[in-house]
Amino acid sequence: MFEKQEIVEINKEELLAKVSSLSEEGYRIVQIGCTKLSDKLQVDYTFDKDDKFYGLRLGLPLEKLELPSVSGIYLAACLYENEMHDLFGVKVSGMAIDFGGKFYRIEAEAPFMNTAEAETKGN
Amino acid sequence: MAKRTIIPFGPQHPVLPEPIHLDLVLEDETVVEAIPNVGFIHRGLELLCKKKSFQDMIFVAERICGICSFIHGVGYSQGVEQIMNIDVPERAEYLRVFWGELSRIHSHLLWLGLAADAIGFESLFMHSWRVREKVLNIFEETTGGRVIFGACKVGGVRKDIDNDTLKRLVKELDEIEADYKTLAEVFKNDYTVNHRWSNVGVVTKEEAHALGAVGPTARASGLVQDLRKLGYGAYEKLEFEPIIETTGDCYGRCMVRVRELFQSFDLIRQVVAKMPDGELEAKVVGFPEGEYFSRVEQPRGEVVYYLRGNGTKFLDRFRVRTPTFANVAPLLTMLAGCAFADVPAIVLSIDPCISCTER
Repeated sequence: MFEKQEIVEINKEELLAKVSSLSEEGYRIVQIGCTKLSDKLQVDYTFDKDDKFYGLRLGLPLEKLELPSVSGIYLAACLYENEMHDLFGVKVSGMAIDFGGKFYRIEAEAPFMNTAEAETKGN
Repeated sequence: MAKRTIIPFGPQHPVLPEPIHLDLVLEDETVVEAIPNVGFIHRGLELLCKKKSFQDMIFVAERICGICSFIHGVGYSQGVEQIMNIDVPERAEYLRVFWGELSRIHSHLLWLGLAADAIGFESLFMHSWRVREKVLNIFEETTGGRVIFGACKVGGVRKDIDNDTLKRLVKELDEIEADYKTLAEVFKNDYTVNHRWSNVGVVTKEEAHALGAVGPTARASGLVQDLRKLGYGAYEKLEFEPIIETTGDCYGRCMVRVRELFQSFDLIRQVVAKMPDGELEAKVVGFPEGEYFSRVEQPRGEVVYYLRGNGTKFLDRFRVRTPTFANVAPLLTMLAGCAFADVPAIVLSIDPCISCTER
């Protein structure tokens, strides 16, 4: 049996209000994750309430990777936001804890945005 | 106000098999704040989906963790199977639960041993791992591997266990359970265990929910949250209820795991009793095109696989949110206000797997 998954597309300006509303409704934050697409960066905010999956999705233009932090609503979000910054180069403003790019001790800057080399070495 | 001191905890510490660092802000002997620092062993495994075909990526998924490797494989496989509309044969689903629950038993026994060691209860540590060894022997007999055994694949499982062997293994597991029962009584009733863990590292039900706690960490605070109740695989046909404690302290987290071991033994008995005959795998045709968030219950809690296929043999995205990552925020709440001497026991109480977290 596979669970039904509802994913709602929103824009950046709606993010804080939507997340705040989910928090008030009693949703738990599950994860925040990014996916690089050809023309944008897809950002997924995933929530759960009584085993019901609910997702918010927004697309960021590749030339302007900026987001407001939702860690004021869900403190745990700041860990995912630091991860977004270190792996995808997303600038997240207002994080509850900002590791300043040192959440992951990696040498490459935003390695998950520069996957061309990996893509050409498929086995 | 007492003078504030910052004490570094980790990344190398006797209770930590893997590196995590905490800056502990102390007033006298009391921790007032803890600031986490991970990232010492980030491996970038998620990027390997650009190099490995979706069929090979299961080997990567299994290597995210050296303890709960099998269930990582199940989570990944289920995601691909959903995208490709693959109906996994029933026998394969039951075998996945068989090895999955054995994995939970071996993981919890490993944790119980480490936790006993962290409070200086060496004999309890040794007995926990002695019992665990018998579970690893079953893995070796049925799959050829003891930790990472590659039994799961997209579409089903690679190996079968004949019904006579399954019945014999149930008898062996009855003996292991009886052996474990003695240990469980010690964890439940021993003075030292109670004294070191009761009312230590408390996180309330409301805090656990707000901070996104998962697994035994959430259930010990009274949250009824067990992803197996989603009914994925054969769990839909098995009877069980999430194990809940309400104290929210280290002792409660230990008790959830102690009781979940009995639950896993029972689930395995149900699996063997209901094991259907039939195929082990469905034919996988074509390449995945679409997306899915696959969620399954690891010994440490919910793991999330986001998979996105583009119609080629390589996935566009392979993203994993592991349970320890979700439990870092609750850990910081547990540490605030605790005694400095209790920090190792509290950190260990979430059963941290940094290898998973860093993936």
